[in-house]
Amino acid sequence: MAETIQSAAKAADGEHPTGAAARGPGRVTTGENKTPGPFRRALATYWYAWAMIAPVAIVIAVIVGYPLTRGVYLSLTNANEANVERTIGINTIEATYEFIGLDNYTAILTDSVFWDRLGWTVLWTVGCVSVTFLLGLTLANMLNRKVRGRALYRIALILPWGIPAFVSVFAWRLLFNERNGLFNSVLSGGGIEGIVWLGDPFWAKVSVIAVNVWLGVPFMLVATLGALQSIPGELYEAAEMDGANAWQRFRNITLPGIRSVSSTVILLSTIWTFNMFPVIYLLTRGGPGDSSEILVTYAFRVAFLNSPRDFATSAAWGVIILVLLSLFAVAYRRVLRKQGEVW
Amino acid sequence: MPALTENPTENPTGKTKPAKAPEVTEGRRNRRGPLASFGLHLGLLTAVIVAVFPPLWLLVTSFKPKSDAFSLDLVKNFTFANYDHVLRDSHFLDWFGNSVIVVMGTTVLGVFIASTTGYALSRFRFPGMRPLMWTLLITQMFPMAVLIVPLYNLMAKFGLLNQPVGLIITYLTIAVPFCAWMMKGFFDTIPVSIDESGRVDGLSPFGTFWRLIMPLAKPGLAVTGFYTFVTAWAEVAYATAFMTGEENLTLAGGLQTFVNQYSADWGSMTAAAVIIAVPAALVFGFAQRYLVSGMTAGAVKS
Repeated sequence: MAETIQSAAKAADGEHPTGAAARGPGRVTTGENKTPGPFRRALATYWYAWAMIAPVAIVIAVIVGYPLTRGVYLSLTNANEANVERTIGINTIEATYEFIGLDNYTAILTDSVFWDRLGWTVLWTVGCVSVTFLLGLTLANMLNRKVRGRALYRIALILPWGIPAFVSVFAWRLLFNERNGLFNSVLSGGGIEGIVWLGDPFWAKVSVIAVNVWLGVPFMLVATLGALQSIPGELYEAAEMDGANAWQRFRNITLPGIRSVSSTVILLSTIWTFNMFPVIYLLTRGGPGDSSEILVTYAFRVAFLNSPRDFATSAAWGVIILVLLSLFAVAYRRVLRKQGEVW
Repeated sequence: MPALTENPTENPTGKTKPAKAPEVTEGRRNRRGPLASFGLHLGLLTAVIVAVFPPLWLLVTSFKPKSDAFSLDLVKNFTFANYDHVLRDSHFLDWFGNSVIVVMGTTVLGVFIASTTGYALSRFRFPGMRPLMWTLLITQMFPMAVLIVPLYNLMAKFGLLNQPVGLIITYLTIAVPFCAWMMKGFFDTIPVSIDESGRVDGLSPFGTFWRLIMPLAKPGLAVTGFYTFVTAWAEVAYATAFMTGEENLTLAGGLQTFVNQYSADWGSMTAAAVIIAVPAALVFGFAQRYLVSGMTAGAVKS
């Protein structure tokens, strides 16, 4: 990955807006250009392509590449709030943190806090993605029939997607409120004692998953619906002629038909859920205790909520998260490729 | 890995797809019994209630007096007091302004640089292309956690904390890779022959791009612009970490101040939430059809 960023940066370096124009084809300006070197020839051929990607290459190099490199470096130091470079009034205090090698990583990986969080993060991701996908696919199947009011159903069902997630999460907090929230009022109306939704470790986990599923279903629904609609109806008719029942048609026509879309959305939504910050941060703040804390919110906590702020440890968590995700993406792609996907 | 030479044949705006669907399933409806029909509607209605209820309840609560925030009635004592309070006595308008600046800046910058890149990726074969595409793809899955600390230190160093500019720069890390990817998908659907005729008529590659292709890519620009808008409008983590002090917050940070561990002003929170959500939902309503097909075109073709 570092390699690709470098190459992109290299491509950006090769671009000199003013100089490049003069080096275009047929504009030999100096005598020594009679036999242009390979780089110069490449520049003459490709300068416009490079000029067009230059802004993005620069943006990525400066605000992704550099921070990434620096994040990896920080994770190998003991940087925290007290020893990074900071400005007080007009005085700048030099950074005094030191390089400590892999100590942060060994500290994290030998600590049960990490493994607990990882376990819950995996459960959270698998739970959210599988439930979201199943619900989305089910609803898409229902909507893919000729139903009265189809358009209305569709609009209502994707409504949660149109509202900023942080707003929806507050709506759910209103409903989950332990003393007077709607859910508990309804429960006590039915003679059942209210549940401390966000204050009990088990129910807090159930709640965050429920809210995230609620947020994620519209995207799944729409993506799978699009895929379903691209399956030709004749396939189903032919299958029915051959006496295939509903389940067989679903298994042998629908599932293969939506395969490329579903494999993509599952990958995307796994990555999104793994990194889903706002739901957990705004709903439970990772609590009660740290029972609903996933890796990402924990990394945020270490750097921005705990005191003193521990930048190095947070950076190390970030790097570990990135490595985990990359491993997952590579493995996922390999599985798909084995199944004959061109992806 | 993306199939680099493939030109997707399907129309990414998907306008024609929904229209086609009924005839696909026409034959099957007639054979559905009344019971199955009832079940289908029951299932869909349940799902709709679950989908619509939380935001609806937010809306209802926002019109209740503060003391009634948790009452189960639909509005008994209808009032605009919460809205009045939010707009007059809180920093809501500051937050709104900050969010608008950040969103505008991110959208304009992000869409512009993403579209030139998307065009180059769609039309030219050049050294550095594959690494660039890989980088764009990989950057999309960067967790916020890996960039947030170094970006925070960087912003602190250049005095960009609490400045909208700092957030704009940060949000470009999220928006640009994905937008470039989507724009490539859109440009792929515009016939190359248009470029060729432009070149024959003496336009430079930039002239072709700007005068011929950009006008044709307007739907794509709208989709990427909308995606950027939504992302920047709703981002929480960076906004929470980089912006402090009541008047510097964006909407995502500001909404948190109403209901936190020290205070629980549910009335103001719901009113503010409605003002934030309604415009977003309306814009979304118009754009969703294109958004969906645009995203899946970009994602599925990758």
